[in-house]
Amino acid sequence: MKKRIWGTAAIGCSVLLGSFVGAGSYTFHYGEGFSYFRKDPASCVNCHIMQPHYDTWLKSSHHAVANCIDCHLPHEFPHDFIAKAENGWNHSWAFTFDDFPEPIRMTARNRRTLEDNCKACHGPLTDQMLADHHRPDERGAVSCLHCHSNVGHTAPPR
Amino acid sequence: MNATGLTDTPSPDPESAPEVPHPRRRRTVTAFLIGMAVAAVGTFLVLALLVNIFTRKQEARVPFQRLVEVDESTTDPAPWGVNWPHQYDSYLRTVDHERTRYGGSDAIPKQKLDADPWLRTMWAGYAFSLDYREARGHAHMLWDQDHTERVLQRPQPGACLHCHSSIIEAYRHVGDGDVMAGFRQVNAMTWNEARNLTNDAGHPLVAHPMSCVDCHDPETMRLRVTRPGFIEGIRKLKAAEGIDDYDVHRDATRHELRTFVCAQCHVEYYFAGTDTQLTYPWDKGIRAEEIEAYYDEIDFSDWRHGITAAPMLKAQHPEFELWSQGVHAKAGVACADCHMPYRRVGAMKVSDHHVRSPLLDVAASCQTCHRVPEEELLERAHVTQDRTQGLIDRAAAALTDMIDAIRRAKEAGASDEQLAEALRLHRRAQWRLDFVYSENSRGFHAAQESARLLAESIDYSRQGVAAAIVAGASPEGTPQVVEASPVEGVTPSEEAPSPRE
Repeated sequence: MKKRIWGTAAIGCSVLLGSFVGAGSYTFHYGEGFSYFRKDPASCVNCHIMQPHYDTWLKSSHHAVANCIDCHLPHEFPHDFIAKAENGWNHSWAFTFDDFPEPIRMTARNRRTLEDNCKACHGPLTDQMLADHHRPDERGAVSCLHCHSNVGHTAPPR
Repeated sequence: MNATGLTDTPSPDPESAPEVPHPRRRRTVTAFLIGMAVAAVGTFLVLALLVNIFTRKQEARVPFQRLVEVDESTTDPAPWGVNWPHQYDSYLRTVDHERTRYGGSDAIPKQKLDADPWLRTMWAGYAFSLDYREARGHAHMLWDQDHTERVLQRPQPGACLHCHSSIIEAYRHVGDGDVMAGFRQVNAMTWNEARNLTNDAGHPLVAHPMSCVDCHDPETMRLRVTRPGFIEGIRKLKAAEGIDDYDVHRDATRHELRTFVCAQCHVEYYFAGTDTQLTYPWDKGIRAEEIEAYYDEIDFSDWRHGITAAPMLKAQHPEFELWSQGVHAKAGVACADCHMPYRRVGAMKVSDHHVRSPLLDVAASCQTCHRVPEEELLERAHVTQDRTQGLIDRAAAALTDMIDAIRRAKEAGASDEQLAEALRLHRRAQWRLDFVYSENSRGFHAAQESARLLAESIDYSRQGVAAAIVAGASPEGTPQVVEASPVEGVTPSEEAPSPRE
């Protein structure tokens, strides 16, 4: 008698757990979760906030040589995936609960990553300009973006 | 956490044992229940997330649902609001009362004539010296025009309705389908005639302030201009720039239209001819002296000054003209970029139809381009405005001095010929001061241009003082007692030549 009760409960519990896994998998699929493991820039416009940035990147001077992650993520493993996970979490939270200030801005950490990536390609030119090897900081030391804010995409799209 | 219950050790004697669960079994049951709760809550959250993602995707896919049909005759914004609720909600907020340092919209708008008494001297003899209040939000434009003393105490034409109401359907009705013909006929009507126009069914045709249909194509929602005065004006302006046969419907880009829809009304204009045809004076260009040169050429004046009797020009609200000379215009920033910044509603991008001063929402208006703290941006704007106000005060003092000097010269017996130069300078000085003062940005739309015009105004006024003193020193006419002449209504017809005549 007892065994049958426990057996039924176990089946019920398995069904519930299965539902959780099933619903979770479908939500992951519907939310295009796998696309975030790839490098395709189209993944970045899944949530539409970045649509203007994406559209203007398509027309930008850097379009032919750099895509989203080339500038916005670190280049080495595992730092790239760590940054992806951190930003992915922040973006998902913000977009789901709709509680972020506009216009949207980069975090200090992402800005440093971006600056590093400018120099990763343009180093032969910028190394001489940045002879003291100081990183641009939040107080506005030499920053590539200060002057070249529109090379990747137009920030204020109309 | 589930199957462990099955391996639990059975009680040795279920019949006689007391009803106290075995401690290990109790732990198992607890674990079982917790596991179940976690799975249930997890599933709940996952499904909530699924629906959230679905909602965002739908928002991006279906920006609006056309539930109600709207067409060219739908001047009432409410039916449009059913289809485009986000835009309509913000449009309704133009009733709000908010203040900036140099402007605002109170329930009873401030009488500027009391705040700046020199205005009564500047506009002596003209209806603006009766009543001139702060401008309020778009929602109030028709009511405020109905109730201004300028309309209640002096005759005004139907031409005013070109910009104080959603009027195109009325033009179409009066012109039997021809909007331009209707425009000309309504211009020539009296205010009351035009205000009380009805359609064949007896419904009022002039019932709403400017609304959706005035800037949007009801079929496609595309931006468009509808105001005949602007359509003709921009054509003349483009011709002056060397572009022939300019058709704003055909040739304007979407981005230009984000300025042109506002420039339909926020401009300098005059009423030409005995039939008070609304006309934009852009034949020679839109800089203050180009407009002045046009007025000089056709020998136009809005009124005769009540004290000096000089032929005067009244600057209306040349926002489009002044903005065109500024750094933001040069950078390709449209009116709507700052006055109707984008808001995000879920995954949708909606332009804010609560049109107002950008200083009331620096983050959305300015920070899109200027990555600088809000306080600093506000401070920058205030520096420009404070400096402009300082120059306005000086220009006003100089203008008042000049009017006084001309009055004293007349009382001493200076003849009209002797005073011709002083009167010419009066017209020049007042036009430049009025151009900046009546423009609604306190110099911000074009700081350098505003300062230049005010500097010229001060110079002309001081030259005028000197000319009046010279004329009064050796008078050749008869001394006269100068009293302010009565206030006139709109344009005395014989002084308003029409370029079409």
